[in-house]
Amino acid sequence: MRAYTPKDDVQAKAYYTDRFYVSPQVPKQKPESDEVFNADLEAIKAKFEVTDAYIQVEQLVIYINANDIYGVLELMRDELEYTQLSEMSAIDWLAKGNKFEIFYQMLSMNKRKRIRVKYFIENGQAVDSVEKLFRSADWSEREMFDMFGIEANGHPFMKRILMPYDWQGFPLLKTYPLQGDEFAAWYEVDKIYGKEARDIIGPELRDTAKVDRYDSERFARLGHEVPKGTKITGNEPKNEQNYQEDDGVFMIKKFDKKDSVVIDDPQR
Amino acid sequence: MAQIKNRLTPFFENITFDREDNEMILNFGPQHPSAHGQLRLMLHLQQEQITKAHPDVGYLHRGMEKMAENMIYNEFMPTTDRMDYIASSSNNYGFALAVEKLVGLDVPRRAQVIRMMLLEINRLMSHLFWLATTALDIGAMTVFLFAFREREYLMDIIEGYCGARLTHAAIRIGGVPLDIQDSFISQLRIFLDKLPQNIKDYEDLLDTNRIWLMRMEEVGTIPTEMALSWGCTGPMLRASGVKWDIRKEEPYELYDEVEFDVPWSDKGDNFARYRIYMEEMRESAKILYQTIDMYQKCVKDGQTELMAHSPKYISAPKLDIMTQNYSLMQHFVLVTQGMRPPVGEVYVATESPKGELGFYINSQGGPYPYRLKMRAPSFWHTGILTDLLPGHYIPDVVSIIGTTNIVFGEVDR
Repeated sequence: MRAYTPKDDVQAKAYYTDRFYVSPQVPKQKPESDEVFNADLEAIKAKFEVTDAYIQVEQLVIYINANDIYGVLELMRDELEYTQLSEMSAIDWLAKGNKFEIFYQMLSMNKRKRIRVKYFIENGQAVDSVEKLFRSADWSEREMFDMFGIEANGHPFMKRILMPYDWQGFPLLKTYPLQGDEFAAWYEVDKIYGKEARDIIGPELRDTAKVDRYDSERFARLGHEVPKGTKITGNEPKNEQNYQEDDGVFMIKKFDKKDSVVIDDPQR
Repeated sequence: MAQIKNRLTPFFENITFDREDNEMILNFGPQHPSAHGQLRLMLHLQQEQITKAHPDVGYLHRGMEKMAENMIYNEFMPTTDRMDYIASSSNNYGFALAVEKLVGLDVPRRAQVIRMMLLEINRLMSHLFWLATTALDIGAMTVFLFAFREREYLMDIIEGYCGARLTHAAIRIGGVPLDIQDSFISQLRIFLDKLPQNIKDYEDLLDTNRIWLMRMEEVGTIPTEMALSWGCTGPMLRASGVKWDIRKEEPYELYDEVEFDVPWSDKGDNFARYRIYMEEMRESAKILYQTIDMYQKCVKDGQTELMAHSPKYISAPKLDIMTQNYSLMQHFVLVTQGMRPPVGEVYVATESPKGELGFYINSQGGPYPYRLKMRAPSFWHTGILTDLLPGHYIPDVVSIIGTTNIVFGEVDR
C-alpha cells in the first residue's frame, strides 16, 4: 500500500525513502529511573492528571490536560523549584489530527533538571496564558500567536511580534507556502505606493537570485550594458565597460584586458 | 515613481503629542546607531523620564525556523551562523550538539578540544565586541579602538582556521571538518599572553572613569526575581545574583575537565554586568590555556580522528570515500538525501556568550526536522526592556541596551 501523505502539507519532502525503512526511536526511559524526576512527577500527579510521562535525552517529558497548564506551572514554580520558563512554542499537527502540540521547557537551577510540559489543543482553541507566572511567556506566547495563530487567553498584548502587525497568514504552519504567497508579493507595493500602482510596479520579486537578461533597469547586465530603459531584443553586441579611473590609482596596477589571459577551460 | 509619503502611516496614528498630560512618545530606532542592529523602541516620556517602553522587534526576521524545516540537517548549519553573528561558532555548536544528542553520537576527543578552543575564542570575540560597542555608545572611543584591535587578532586566527571571519560554519555535526592550522597555537599563545595587559588597559580607562561610573552604576538594576521570570541567562542572570553557568552546571564537551570560575554579582546593575564581561574574558583565557595543553596531549597520544564514526549519519573520512566503494555510497546518500535521525525530540542548551542558547528539535525520522525551535537568549534580554526601562531617563536607554548585549540576528532569527 502506498504511504499516506497529507495533502495540506506543502513543506519539503524526502524525494526517496526506502520501502522497508523503519525509523529508529530515540530511547525513552521510565520516570522511575531518576529519583528527582520521579519525586517531581509524583507531586504533579497528586494534583493534576498526567496522561503520559517519560525521560528522553536526560529530560522528563510530561503530557497534561490543556486547561491544567497554569496550575501545573504554578506548582512547579512555587513548590518544585522550576524557576525559569526557558522556552515555549507549538508544533503543527494539523495535517495528522487537526491539532497543535504545545510545549513548555522548564528549568530548575537548584536541581539542575529540565522538564518539558506538553499538551494538545484542537485547531482554533486558545491556550491559557502563563504570563502572570513567567514574564518570559509574554513574548513567547506572542511569537507562538505570530507563527501559528494560537491565541493565549489572558495575555495583556496579544499582537504579532516578528511579522508586521497587519500580516495575513501564519508562517510556521505546514500549510504556509514556502515561496511567499499572493499577499506577500503585493504587501510592500500596496503599503508604500498604493494599490493603484500595482500595474506600474508589478509584484515583488521574491527570488532574489533571479537575473533577467532583458531587464535594462537593474544591474543585471554586467558586461552587456545598454542605456537605461532601452528595449532589449537579445541581440545586443557585447559592450565592455572599463570601470577604472583613467589616471590610475596609487599602488594599483591598471587592469588591461589585452595583456591578460582569459582561461576558458576551468579544467585545464 | 515617487513615494507617496502619507501612505507610510505609523501604527500609532491616533496618538497626538500635545495631550493634556504632557506625555511624549519617542520613537527610538530601528535605524539608531546604539540600537545594536534593528531594535525599535517606543518610549512614553514624562519630561526626560520613561514611563512606558515598548520594544518592537522583527526587522531582521528571516524565518530561520521555517528554513530549518525545509533543509537537511547539514544544510542548515551555515544558516545558524546568521543568528548571533558576533560569535557564530557558538550557534553552530549549539545546533550540532542538539543533533548529536538526538542521534547519539560520540565526538572524538581531538574534535572536542578544537571545538572548545573555537567556542572560547568566540566568547572572547563576542565580549570584546560587546565592550567596544558599549563603550562607543557611552562615548569611550579609545576603548572601542583598543577592543576592536584585539578582536582583529582573534578574527585572523579564526580566518586561518575556517576561512571566514564572521560567519564561520566551523563546526560540523559529529565533529569538526579540519584540524587546526600549524600557526593556530603559537598565534593564540601570543594573543593570550598579551590579553591580561589588554584587559587591564580597558579597566584602567573605565573602572574609575567618572563618566563611565555615572552611566553604569545603579542604572538598569535587574532584581533576581525579575531576571528569572524574564528568562534571563548568561551574564544578565549572573549579574543579578544567580550563579548559573551551563558550562559548569550541565557540562558539555570537556568543560568538566578544565578549571575556571564563574564570575557573578548580586548588584544587578549595568556596572555589575560590565565587570562580569571583563572577568569572563579572563576565565576564557584560562580555559584556552588549558585546551592548548589538552590539544598537545591529543597530538602526543596520536588521536587523529576529527569526526564521529557513524556510517548511518556521518560521512566517512575523505580518504575512505575516495578509496572504498561503500563509503562513497554512504557519502552520496548522506549528501543528496541527508541523514535521518531517529524519531524523537531533544532540547539542548549551551552557554553561548550571550546566555542560554537552546535548540529544540522534533524529528519524525525524516531528513528534515519536523520542528526546530531556537531559544535565543537575546530575545528575552530584549523583552525585559519592557519592564526595565520605565523609571529611567533617555540617556540610560543607551547604556542599558548596551549592557544587555542583544544581537538582532538572534532576536529575530
